Amino acid sequence: MTIVEIGLPKRLVEMTLDGESVRVPEGATILDACTAKGKSIPTLCYGDTLKPANACRVCMVEVEGSRTLVPSCSRKVEPGMVVHTDSERTQHSRKLVLELLGSATDLSTTPHVDEWMSACGADPSRFGPEAETKLQPTIVDNPLYVRDYGKCIMCYKCVDACGDQWQNSFAISVAGRGFDSRISTEFSTPLPDSACVYCGNCIEVCPTGALSFKREHDKREDGTWDESAQTQTTTVCTFCGVGCNLTLHVQDNEIVKVTSPHESTVTHGNLCIKGRFGWQHVQNR
Amino acid sequence: MSRRKKTEPYVRLTQPLVRDAGILRPATWDEALDRAAEGFRRNVAKNGPDAFGMFSCARATNEMNYMAQKFTRAVIGTNNVDSCNRTCHAPSVAGLAKVFGSGGGTSSYQEIEDADLIVLWGSNAREAHPIFFQHVLKAVNKGAKLYVVDPRLTSTGRWAHKWLRLNVGTDIPLAHAIAREIIASNLINRSFIERATEGFEEFVKAVEPWTLPVAELETGVPAELIRELAHAYAKADRGQLSWTLGITEHHNGTDNVLSLINLALLTGQVGRYGAGLNPLRGQNNVQGGGDMGAIPDRMPGFQDITDPDVTAKFNAAWGSNIQARKGWNLTQMLEAMERGDMTTVYIIGENPVQSEADCEHTIKRLSNLDHIVVQDIFLTKTAQMAHVVLPAAAAWCETDGTFTNSERRVQRVRKALNPPEGARDDIEIMSQIAERLGAPWQHMTGEKVWDELRSLSPLHTGMSYQRLEELGGIQWPCPSEDSLEPSFLHGRLWEEDPVKRGMPATFSPVLHSPPVDELTEEFPYRLTTGRRLDSYNTGVQSAGFESPLRKGETLDLSPQDAEKLNVKAGEEVQITSRRGQIQAPVRIDDGLTPGLVFMTFHFPDEIDVNIITIEATCPIAGTAEYKAAAIRIDKLPVKVA
Amino acid sequence: MDLKLLDVEPTEAERVVVDLFTGMGRDQLLPALHAVNDRVGWISQGALNHICRVLHVPPAEAYGVASFYSLFSLSERPAKITHVCVDLACQVNGAKALCDRLTDELGPAGAKSGWLRSPCLGVCEKAPAALAFEAGEVAKEQLLAPTHAGEVIAVAAAGPSHVDGERAEVPQAGSPGLRLLKRVGVVDPESLDDYRATGGYHALRTALLLGPSGVIREVSDAKLMGRGGAAFPTGRKWDATAKQPVRPHYLVCNADESEPGTFKDRLLMEGDPFAVIESMTIAGFAAGCSRGYLYLRGEYPRALHLLRNAISKARERNFLGENIMGHEGFSFDIEIRRGAGAYICGEETAIFNSIEGFRGEPRSKPPFPVEKGLFGKPTVVNNVETLVNVPVILTEGCEAYTRVGTEGSTGPKLFCLSGNVSRPGVYEVPFGTTLGELLDLAGGVPPGRELRAVLLGGAAGGFVRPDELDLPLTLEDARAAGTTLGSGVVLVLDDTADLGSFLLRIAAFFRDESCGQCVPCRIGTVRQEEALHRLVGKRPLSTSAADLQLLREVGQVMRDSSICGLGQTAWNAIESALDRLGYAEEAAK
Repeated sequence: MTIVEIGLPKRLVEMTLDGESVRVPEGATILDACTAKGKSIPTLCYGDTLKPANACRVCMVEVEGSRTLVPSCSRKVEPGMVVHTDSERTQHSRKLVLELLGSATDLSTTPHVDEWMSACGADPSRFGPEAETKLQPTIVDNPLYVRDYGKCIMCYKCVDACGDQWQNSFAISVAGRGFDSRISTEFSTPLPDSACVYCGNCIEVCPTGALSFKREHDKREDGTWDESAQTQTTTVCTFCGVGCNLTLHVQDNEIVKVTSPHESTVTHGNLCIKGRFGWQHVQNR
Repeated sequence: MSRRKKTEPYVRLTQPLVRDAGILRPATWDEALDRAAEGFRRNVAKNGPDAFGMFSCARATNEMNYMAQKFTRAVIGTNNVDSCNRTCHAPSVAGLAKVFGSGGGTSSYQEIEDADLIVLWGSNAREAHPIFFQHVLKAVNKGAKLYVVDPRLTSTGRWAHKWLRLNVGTDIPLAHAIAREIIASNLINRSFIERATEGFEEFVKAVEPWTLPVAELETGVPAELIRELAHAYAKADRGQLSWTLGITEHHNGTDNVLSLINLALLTGQVGRYGAGLNPLRGQNNVQGGGDMGAIPDRMPGFQDITDPDVTAKFNAAWGSNIQARKGWNLTQMLEAMERGDMTTVYIIGENPVQSEADCEHTIKRLSNLDHIVVQDIFLTKTAQMAHVVLPAAAAWCETDGTFTNSERRVQRVRKALNPPEGARDDIEIMSQIAERLGAPWQHMTGEKVWDELRSLSPLHTGMSYQRLEELGGIQWPCPSEDSLEPSFLHGRLWEEDPVKRGMPATFSPVLHSPPVDELTEEFPYRLTTGRRLDSYNTGVQSAGFESPLRKGETLDLSPQDAEKLNVKAGEEVQITSRRGQIQAPVRIDDGLTPGLVFMTFHFPDEIDVNIITIEATCPIAGTAEYKAAAIRIDKLPVKVA
Repeated sequence: MDLKLLDVEPTEAERVVVDLFTGMGRDQLLPALHAVNDRVGWISQGALNHICRVLHVPPAEAYGVASFYSLFSLSERPAKITHVCVDLACQVNGAKALCDRLTDELGPAGAKSGWLRSPCLGVCEKAPAALAFEAGEVAKEQLLAPTHAGEVIAVAAAGPSHVDGERAEVPQAGSPGLRLLKRVGVVDPESLDDYRATGGYHALRTALLLGPSGVIREVSDAKLMGRGGAAFPTGRKWDATAKQPVRPHYLVCNADESEPGTFKDRLLMEGDPFAVIESMTIAGFAAGCSRGYLYLRGEYPRALHLLRNAISKARERNFLGENIMGHEGFSFDIEIRRGAGAYICGEETAIFNSIEGFRGEPRSKPPFPVEKGLFGKPTVVNNVETLVNVPVILTEGCEAYTRVGTEGSTGPKLFCLSGNVSRPGVYEVPFGTTLGELLDLAGGVPPGRELRAVLLGGAAGGFVRPDELDLPLTLEDARAAGTTLGSGVVLVLDDTADLGSFLLRIAAFFRDESCGQCVPCRIGTVRQEEALHRLVGKRPLSTSAADLQLLREVGQVMRDSSICGLGQTAWNAIESALDRLGYAEEAAK
């Protein structure tokens, strides 16, 4: 029998997390350590299938000896590190970041953000009614996707999923700069003229609902989207032999959305156009 | 504007149909089941059990396939069971099983990511297996080298470090030339060859004529590129060789597969982590259909049907009397229909009228039958020819069971939807027919069926539903509930102990045989077929959603040929083969070289490409040569308004 | 890769310039965009498409890169365009009046009227300034400084004459005791022979004799601190890079001098370009780099011309290339990369992305450049001024060098004096000189005026009051006084200056130059500007005190949680105006 790859054994690193001594495997992030300790740190741009983008700055924590706060999603634990996740500085940062986001962006379909805001007393309206926002018309230029960039927080996850981390189609990129930066195809051409192959992997990772499937968007628009009445069942796609895992979101015995489990070793949460959208035929009844 | 209608989405079947006076009319379930059973009984009584054929479904669950072969073998008493894997990957199964004893890809997807060199041969994985290709791209982005062998420069080829453009149907010369170069450069893995293989000397002789210049002449691939790939593959620490229908859909598909396996044997690129041979399966459960024994020559778990110990075991379990000999494969069944030896078929979820090469011929053969039962979710072109149509539940979302993917991973399929009122579960329908034929079949849940299979197939014994759930699927073999095997197959070949090493892998000195459909002055263009990203096979499922990418069927031409024929993009042309004639609009593709043209088979209701493809089949596996038809292209006269 | 391109073709002129990049890769994206911009003045769909085809870059990404830089336009504009500086030093010197005249005569700023408002052009000693550009077979650029409306209007109509021939000047030119500026304004910057006649390339010879570790020891013992603003010990940076086993190593000379009020590097490059090249060569030798990139800000046409000349002459004489100065095995060469109007590209990791052909967004640290920098390889990034200290150290010896300046801040330092000062320009003084002495050197505020404040360190720096002029200009004293020397900006405001407008310009600068990657900076700089507008305009949301509080809270989150120095310092100057200059009380009135 030849050698099977299992990687080098991981050493444990000792650190202090909110006053408690913690041992985590070498290479773990502060966020990993928090998760292991049952501490929930709010994140928006962190994606379990993506490299940290470090963009949203919601997950900042205080590391003793560091001039600035550090992003817990990407900063790796070092021996002897002393981390505070709930100091005054981190609370202020979290509150302000959420307020800034809320003042510029429509967070109405961002899961958990309401809880986080009330937990830290964030009030995005503090910046006044004339604060510049990113609100803009929704783009519907194809039968499968809807792009509502008024909800976009520029977390880069869609770009990373479309780009070299997964799909390698590079249909979208961040364009412009500063407050004017935006997710865009080349020259803002409609999706059907772009390199988009409608795998839906951008929607899979979008944390705010800025990107959504047309079916979901339409149902939300006409008031028939009811997540509490939906079941989620994971099965296997039938469009080729790769064996991609599909999670069917079913409402009233109709598939209304398809996602893929991020922990699947086959898909890592990714699908192609057929798996993502090729389900209507079973319910043409 | 195109005068052609768009493919209309199919609507689910919700009521059984029976044929009276030549017309399909609605019927009750009881009536339809009675009719179905009665027809089978009549034909078997009159012509014997071998007059029956089962077209099992490579898209249904393992459990359904297990029951379909059990129905065929235990209830009817024949081994005439097969599925559409015949139309695609039977040569892969046949080739791999011949050399290694079991017909599955040897590596896991994770190993593809960890490979140093990946060869994709006759595979447009970027479009046909997009998520597999993501694993390939992970490797490429980490620094692995990708070589693509394909007559067309596909989107897959555009990711390759090197693209080897070979002439259609010259895979064996290319593989042999690579082998010869590896041998001549002394890059063979001598200890592996000595320890784990046989037939090397004969193989050396077989490849001897294929020098680089000779191969370049035959294949069209520059000698330097052949040499480069040979050296890269032989020197790679972890070399992966994957193929798809470009290898198998030829009249000599199994030989093609064997010629690729030779390369792995020569270099020891198999049986180790990260090195392997992997056919990419076109349908979700092609692998499982074969694993479950829904093939004419193997019992579940690739157990040899001609082995009396094996049949005895199954007879004991089933209370049956199985014929210990191979049945007919799908191609042979179609031939038997033509001869009148086969008079009745039970077709579950298959659409041979539209999926078989030379479909006019298939329709003629099916018309010969006395009794056709089709069990499907749609009234397909095949169902329209049936005597009894039974509305089924959709396997992947309306039933509980398992599928097995291209990395041999058995994964749970779960019921998410209730089938439409009137449609029934495949296994339930089959059981009700079996009962009517006097077999004491109770309807069994998927899990019950699976546990029966586990008790009979050592490959699957360790895979309880609970364990599949916990581990996110398990790759076969999995003989024990207490452990997991390595993610790759055939590690035994590297064992030092000859007993553990087992049966050696044999080199195959296969011979080159050019495409049957010869290019002549009358038919000067080589037509090859394939898939596009957003569509699937005959389009029955994929037409159900609106794709912004879908442009319908086209005849793809090189810019040079378009100029030569004086045709423009979008212009309708006449396409003629030795078998038929169709019309299609032109699309210009600079990934094609002059003389090579391309079509899909996704839109048979608009343009039925299989009218012109050739039915010449692989004698070992029975797969048709979809990839190499000879055609003529004619500009249509300009219509006067 | 399987690129999908748009169905548009370039014009013949565009095709010709883009085809010159055939066979090259992604890292040539920025040069290719420049080539098109130089040829036709803007980036059309057809041109971008063709660049993507030639360099194998996905169009969406190329678009993302092109739209990142303010010097490029992705919509049609005329070949002639004039950039008029409205930044700090020019604002103090009449930029507003100039723009008002242009608006009257040419129409509001924009592609149609042929002139644009620009951030700092780096010629603050000759404010107000403008840069005229004309695309064509040979693109022409002309710096107008100091300028006036009539000149701008005339040049905007006639087009620029090719790079003006005016020499770099410093007020101290020819004074004895100068180390960094000794050749500036004295020797011919185009002549390698003149350079060598004045001690040029002695230091490289010394370096080759000392060997890499010897050079690093000298530089470390000289306690040379980075002069770009962060003041990191140069020797440590080189040593850490030299020790990395991964190859190749890269050197990046950061000449993207874009901090408003900063122009010292331009003067060094224009006045003593060979010194920059020699210094880079020494750094490359010490840190084991085989290749150096000189990332030059896009608005420095004269520096570009002179550096190109210097590199080609150095190559001719084997001061660059293989086996330099006959030293077996030491090969080093330099490629100039032009920025394209993005302050953030001066950030030490954003500069890598920009060179590699990606958006100039800073990377998250760690990993640090010494470990994973340009193209993922160990990289040294040094500012121009830092580098030109190295020949001084190697020529005089580290002991002599440490005798200049103070214990904690060794050597000479360049300061950029601009604003309301009698003799603006770059001054070289030893560290430890007081701010008052430096102002005296430059003649103080114009006669009859009173000093109001000094902006020290640039837009990311802080204000100093007239009663603090005895501040010794050292790293440690500045830190102790709660300010920074930053990039050496000393921008003087007298009693005629409008502090409110000045602060608004600082806020606008950060809003414009934020890359947009992280939330605190992307949105925070906008909210900061909005709140400041309300304060300055006396239109509070509720009360001025509430707006001040909001400003402080936003400032704090930018400082604590931004990815890079831009966001972290975007509030520094405004905070110091509020607290140190008493603007908080003034605004609350």
